[in-house]
Formats: sequence, C-alpha cells, structure tokens
Amino acid sequence: MALLEVDDLSVTFARRGQRTVHAVDGVSFSVDTGEVVGLVGESGCGKSVTSLAIMGLLPKQPGLRVGGKAVFDGNDLLQLDDRSRRDIRGRDVAMIFQDPLSSLNPVIPIGLQVTEVLARHRGMKGEAAAKEAADLLDRVGIPDPRRRLKEYPHQLSGGMRQRALIAMAVACQPRLLIADEPTTALDVTIQAQILELLKDLVRDSGTALVMITHDLGVVAGMCDTINVLYAGRVVETATRRPLFRQPRHPYTEGLLGSVPRLDAGRGERLNPIPGSVRDLLPWPDGCAFAPRCARRVDACVGEPPELVLTHDARSYRCVNPVPVPGLTPEADARATAPTTTEPGAVPAQAEPADPPAVPGSGPAPREEETP
Amino acid sequence: MFRFIVRRLLQLIPTLFGLSVLLFIWLRRLPGGPETAILGERGTPETRAAIRRNLGLDEPILVQYARFLRRMIRLDLGTSTGTKRAVTTEFVERFPGTVELTVMALILAVGIGIPLGYLAARRRGRFLDHASVGGSLVGICIPVFFLAYVLKAIFAENLGWFPSSGRQDPTIGATRVTNFFVLDGIMTREWDAAADALWHLVLPGVALASIPLAIIVRITRASVLEVLNEDFVRTAEAKGLTERTVRRRHVLRNAMLPVATSIGLQAGLLLSGAVLTETVFAFSGIGAFVAESISQRDYPVLMGFIMIIAVVYVLVNLLVDLSYSVIDPRVRVR
Amino acid sequence: MTITGGKKREKIDRLAELSAREDEQGVSLWKEAFRRLRRNPAAIVGVVILAIFVLVAVIGPFLVPYSPTDSIGIREGLVKSGQGIIPGASADHWLGFDHQGRDEFSRLVVGARQTLLVGVVSTLIGLAVGALIGGVAGAAAGLGGRWGRWIDTTLMRFIDMLLAMPSLLLAVSIAALLGASLTTVMIAVGVVSVPIFARLLRGSMIAQANSDYVLAATSLGVKKSKIALTHVVPNSIAPVIVQATLTLATAIIEAAALSFLGLGNPDSAIPEWGVMLADAQPYLGIRPGLAIYPALGIIITALGFTLLGEAMREALDPKLRK
Repeated sequence: MALLEVDDLSVTFARRGQRTVHAVDGVSFSVDTGEVVGLVGESGCGKSVTSLAIMGLLPKQPGLRVGGKAVFDGNDLLQLDDRSRRDIRGRDVAMIFQDPLSSLNPVIPIGLQVTEVLARHRGMKGEAAAKEAADLLDRVGIPDPRRRLKEYPHQLSGGMRQRALIAMAVACQPRLLIADEPTTALDVTIQAQILELLKDLVRDSGTALVMITHDLGVVAGMCDTINVLYAGRVVETATRRPLFRQPRHPYTEGLLGSVPRLDAGRGERLNPIPGSVRDLLPWPDGCAFAPRCARRVDACVGEPPELVLTHDARSYRCVNPVPVPGLTPEADARATAPTTTEPGAVPAQAEPADPPAVPGSGPAPREEETP
Repeated sequence: MFRFIVRRLLQLIPTLFGLSVLLFIWLRRLPGGPETAILGERGTPETRAAIRRNLGLDEPILVQYARFLRRMIRLDLGTSTGTKRAVTTEFVERFPGTVELTVMALILAVGIGIPLGYLAARRRGRFLDHASVGGSLVGICIPVFFLAYVLKAIFAENLGWFPSSGRQDPTIGATRVTNFFVLDGIMTREWDAAADALWHLVLPGVALASIPLAIIVRITRASVLEVLNEDFVRTAEAKGLTERTVRRRHVLRNAMLPVATSIGLQAGLLLSGAVLTETVFAFSGIGAFVAESISQRDYPVLMGFIMIIAVVYVLVNLLVDLSYSVIDPRVRVR
Repeated sequence: MTITGGKKREKIDRLAELSAREDEQGVSLWKEAFRRLRRNPAAIVGVVILAIFVLVAVIGPFLVPYSPTDSIGIREGLVKSGQGIIPGASADHWLGFDHQGRDEFSRLVVGARQTLLVGVVSTLIGLAVGALIGGVAGAAAGLGGRWGRWIDTTLMRFIDMLLAMPSLLLAVSIAALLGASLTTVMIAVGVVSVPIFARLLRGSMIAQANSDYVLAATSLGVKKSKIALTHVVPNSIAPVIVQATLTLATAIIEAAALSFLGLGNPDSAIPEWGVMLADAQPYLGIRPGLAIYPALGIIITALGFTLLGEAMREALDPKLRK
C-alpha cells in the first residue's frame, strides 16, 4: 500500500468579482515508502500549491477550497483537524522550502529553530536537545555544529542555511519528506551538494521524498517515478528512464526539448515550447496544453483527454501522443481508463522498461488501496 | 554595547549644541528680549536696564553666548517668573508626576495596543479587525484635551467612579519619599495611598494613551500581517509547532521590530499630550506647569522644558536602539 | 564606456525597453491606484465628508441666518453667561447661543471656512518649506561629491532636530516669538510638518535616483534635469500628496490644541472651531454643546482627511497590489 495516495486533489481560489482560479485541478499520484517521486512542471502549474495543500499550509483566506483526498498512512490529511495535523507535520511529514534565507526566522538562533522541533515531537529538552541538534547539523554536513547552533541565519551561507533547514525537516525521521524546489535559490555547485545530501538521507533512512522542481536535471538524477504537471493536472506519469527516453505527452517532450544539451551539435537550436502557461484552455473544454501543442488534432478540443495507461506502467493524458518507434498507436494503449482513475490498473504482464531504484515501488495497484 | 552607548551619548552633544544656539537666538528674539524672559512683562524701565547690565547684554554676542552656555551646563535654567523659584527645582519636584502619568499611558497603550493589533491581523476582514482599525482612525482624530474633558465629565463628574483632579487625595496624608506617589505608597507600605495615587492616574492615563494606542494598534496590525506572509512562519507551521509557539516565537517577535521604533517616537508625543491632559485634570506634573507658563509667558520654564524634552527624546531613542539590538540580531551594536 | 559598438547598442536597447516599461507602469500606476481608491468604501466616506465640509466652508458663510459676530442673545437679554444662562436650541436659533450671545449655528458654519483655511494654509507652508529643504538635500545627495554630501547631512541634521521636538512645543516656541494670532497658528502648525515633508521627499528622491529606470535613462544620455523632471519628480510626488492629506487632519487638531493653550487667534469674533472649543471650556457645565459641536466638527473633518489619506496610501502601496 502506498505511503501517500493523492487522489483527485483540487485547490480553487474564488475571489469576489473575479474568475475562480483552479490552481490544482484533479491531481492524482502516489508515493511508496522509500520512494523518490518527482513533481515536474513550469512555474504556475500547481506543483507548489499541491504540496502546500497536502501539508495543510495554504494561507487561510476566504474563497479557498481544497477538494479530493490525500491519504497518508490510512488518514486523509485533508480531513484532519488542526491539532492532529500539527502532530503529523514535522514528525511524519516534513517539508523543505525553496528560499532558505526567508524560510528561517531571522531573529532566533539556528539552534532553537532545530531544538523546537525536537521539543515538540520528541519531548527533548535542554542539553539532550542541544546535543541531538548538533548531531543533526553534523549529519547534514554543517561543520562546527556546536558553534553554529548559537548563530543566526544571516551569519550562514546559502548552502549552510538550506542544510540547516534540511536538518530541521529530518529531525524526527519523518516517513515522508516534501522538498519544494530545494535548490532553486542556490549556486549550481551548492545545488549538487544539496541534492547529494538529500539522496544520502533518503537512502540511509528510508524516507520517501517528493521532489518538486522545474529542473529536469534534478529529476533525472534523483527520482524513481516522475509526474509531469500541466495547468494543475498530472499529464504524464512514468518511471525515470522511460520518461526521458520516450516521452509520450507532447508537453513532456517539449520540456525535454527545451533543455540545453552538451552533446548537441554546433548550431543545433533549442526547441522551446511556444507560448506560456497563461495560454491555456480550461480542462473541461479540452486539453489545457492544446493551444501550445505542436501535435494538436481536432479531438484535443471539446472534452478533456482521458488518462491512457500503457503496458509499461506509465500513463499519460493525451489523444495524440508522441509515437514510440516500432509501436503503432493502437497497439500501444492497452486500456483506456476514466479520467479519474489512478495510474496503476496495469495488466499483470506489465513489464517495466526500467525497474525503480527501490524495490516494491512504482504505482501501487488500486485494488490494494483500501485495507 | 558600552561603546555604543558612549558613542550615542557623544552624538547627543552636537544636537544639544545646535539646540542651545537656537534657544539662545529664540531667547533674544522674544518680544521684549531676555530681560522680559527673566522679569516677565512687569518690569519697570529701571529694573530692565539693571538686568541688561547684569546679564551683560552690552557685551559682544559671543561672550553672551558663552555665558549662556555656561549656565546651561550648570543646569541653571533661571528663575520662573511665575513662581519665583529656580526652574530646575520646579522641574525636579514636578517631574515624577509626569513620569508616572506617561508610564501609565504607555502601559495602557502597549498593553492594549499590541494584543489588539495582533488579533485584528489574525481576524483580518472580520468585525474585530474593522472595529479596531476604525477605532484607531477615530482615536487619532480626537483632540486629546477634548477627550480628557469628556472622560472627566462622564466618569468623574457624572458617574463618580474616578477622582476628577489631582494626583492623590490630600486627606490621606501620605508620606513623601521620592515624589513618585505610587512608588512612595509601596515603599512606605501605605497601600491605600498607593492605590489612591494609581486611581488618580487612570483617567488622565487613558486620555493620554489614546493617540499612542491608536498608532500602536495600527502598526502592530500592519506588521503582523506582513510577518504572517513570511516564509519562516510557514516553516514554523510545517514543523508542526503549536499555534502558541508559532505566535510567540515566530510571529510576534518579528512583528515587534517596527512597533519598538514607533514606541520610541511616541515619547515626544506623550510629553506634548501631558501638557494638555495634566491641565484638564489639574494634575501637578510638568505638563500642567508648562501649560500655565505658556499662558503667563514664563519663558525660562519653556526653555527648560524644551531642553528636557530634547534630552528625554534622545535617551528614549537610545533605549529603543538598544532594545532593537536585543530583538533583532541582524542589528549589530558596536 | 568600453563596450564595443554592437554590444553597446544591444545593452542600450535593453535598457530603453526597461525604461519604457517603467513609464508604462508609471501611467497605469496612477490609473490602477485610482481604480482601487474608488472601490474602497473608506475612501468614499472620506471624500463625502470632505465634499460636505468644503461645500459648507465655501458657500456656507453666505447662507447663514445670523451674523456670527453679532451678540443678538445679549442684546435681547436671553444670554447672561455671568449668571450661567445660555439658552440652547430653539426654532430661531438651531443650536442656541454661545457665551457671548452669538448664534452658535452661524458661528459653526462660518467656522468651517476658518478651520479649512488654517488647515490648508499651514499644510501648504509645511509642504513648501519641507519640499524645498528635502528637495535640496535630495538633489545634493544625488549629485554627490563632498559638498553635496555636506549639504545633505547638514540639512538633515537640522530636520532631525526639528523632528525631535514635540510638535506642540515647537508650535509654542514659535507662537511665543510671534505673539498669538491666526497667522502665528498657521506658521507654527506648518513648521511642525516641515520635517516630515522634507524627509519624505528626500527619501523618495534618493530611492528614485537609485532605481533601474533612472540608470537606464542616464545611460541613454538623457540630461539630468530632464530625468529629474520626467521621472524622479512625478514618482516622488505620490507619497507627498498622501502625506499632505494626512497632515491636513493633524493640522486642524493641532490648531485646536494651540487655541486651547491660549495661543490661538485672540480675536474670537472670527469663529474658528479650535477657538470655539477653547472658549467653551468655562461653560462645559452649563452648555456642553458649545464644546461638543465644534469638537465634532474637528473630529469628523480630521477623520475625512485621514480616511482619504490612508486609502490613498493603501492604493499606492505596491506591496498591497495584486
């Protein structure tokens, strides 16, 4: 059974006198114990809102509506009361944010910011908490941790701050860690170190990780399963290698085509996706990506494309997918599931092209979901 | 820290120097000149001439200024034309009353303003928010002395809940030690005297607190709203901390920075307000004395008051800067 | 400039684009602010209050039933303040008489004009002097150099000293120099707001001068004076207008406080709300209305300016813009 099962999650912001914004519009994905799952998409596709909704951290405001389910360990996180949610946050599910400087409280020392988690969830106090905090800082690669505990965020470098934030997140050995663009605000060299650190932590502790990023390089280096989001919906789910080798959704293909490659020939041009996220069709009127899509056909407009499940444990939401060499489009799609169905109702003979790094991962069959 | 304080006190010198030049010019430019400042408008031509000679007004202007400066440094502010006593003595006697009153007002303003501003921010857009924002807007617009009169008319004269004037009921016969009446009562264990002095502070304290309270509510609210949107508050929530911890350690602590600054700026406002409030409540502090001096054109008193205010202002701001460095580690005090 | 021709052009193109975009925003900033102002109920209330106030102040004195300086009550033997006889509202005299037997309603209406006059003139004094000092300091700081910095520092030290003085004391000192009169009140209240305007204009000029679009314009070779006129001044003016509106409120309240301390217009024949309020103090026990009417006038008018000023500040605040 999956550790986290997000089912048809939707977040809408309704504002008086203005059009309702569907920030997240029916996102479904699952995370297994110890698995690293990527949520990938351009800014504005709803990936951060998804993570905040799961954590219950969306700023409270009138007109905000969260629908669907996010079942963690048998509990729907969206239905929990404030108190139990606070109990789970930081202990079972922790989060790392994008900008380490603004995410740390500037007026209290790093030490207190680490020990307050220990005090809250592990009941540690005084010297014991300080010792544990120093150990944590040491584990995330902060040198001279005892001294750092007394320092303030402005006295640390960007990389150190992100390490400190990670230390706070893993302080209670959570079973699920959500990292929202953890490296975007950092220098490239530091980025690699932080990703390496996250990888090590996940490997050593068996923590599942949801990696939210717009950077396909990050995804390629870390994730077992990748969900590509567009306009608040998952448009393609696949394990790492098949996704990079044979993207099926034109948007995924476009994302891959926009990444500069070292091995590209001289004079070869990048293939950016034309237009911007703003040029989208509301999902009920058809495929949101259609206005920007090079493979658009008449069937794209009118009704939303249904989720297509293929034999190799992947799914995509497209009526005219990128063809795979040697396969006719008809033979490719083994089953066409209703839009709301999760990827996973895969025939038994499914043969993943690339086994996930962690055994037992990959989208879980739906039948097993209810105990 | 110590060097910082010393440096700030040294910085006080040019300010006071500039102020003394202004005061010197001011005193000479007063209608009737400095002899009026000393004699009031009653002096005969003979006494005036005598004083002019005594003051050395026939000497070169720089000599006169040096003389003036020497008097200032010795804290010799001259003699009040109204009471015929040294201005310094008058101030020392009356200062405790004003201090008690302003402390009372500050306690009220801070004690009500910060929680109210915080709650308004947390309940943004609801009734409490609108009520406190609206209330503070109206509060700023009510002339202090009018509010004082209204409070006095309702709560002292009509309802009789509070005394309408003075600092203490003279029939109690309290022992005087420091002239801080509340403090005196506590020190001598004359609890009824302390309570009575405190009771006398309520109405003038409320009147005096009105404007600082309005300002503190608004600044706290704005500042809390800004901090609530900060990423580190989200981090604190993501850690699963209790609402209490998030509020105290993360929201309020950061939101207090602008509030502390504004409290420092209130010092001058409170002293001006004291002039008006003390007059209405016949409260014998510096304020009432100064108000009387204004109508009697008692210039030595006014000049002394201006000096005192300048010093108080600088000291209060020094305190604010120091407290700032305690709240905010990013501000380095050297 | 050491960049080669092609690169240089490219860079200028980019900066010009940036500058143009800023200008576009500059226009829409005002439009957007105005749109948000219209939607804000507080602003509407403020404008309505001020419209009524200004209307009364401008045409009211021509329409009042009695002369505000004529002691009808005493002549007709209705008012004997010495014996505590001051009649209240009647059919002929809607708000009764004041302590000198003059028609209170007429005085209140005519007083609106004087109050508006005091508020506007003193704010203009503060604005003019403050803008001059702040503008010179800001320009000096912008020009830089030893002299520029020296001028800036000296002026600002002086301004800080003024700021350190409690407004009332500053006003009292000035009133002591000039003697009690309406002009004194206006000057004293005006001087009190000088430091605020000076600091505001200087601060916003320096901020503008350091902004990217001024850099862009400078690098395009636009003259400094032209930049100042077309970019810096218009963009610095918005906060000044907001502050002026808010200052009008405090000016009216402060003028009332000066009158209360006996530094207002000694000639109480010309009614002004602050003076009326101060004059009513001895008769509070007999006719509290004499204090309450002008006080309400002051409070409501000040509230009108404050509401409008705050709403304008909110509308112009880029942080609050969505």
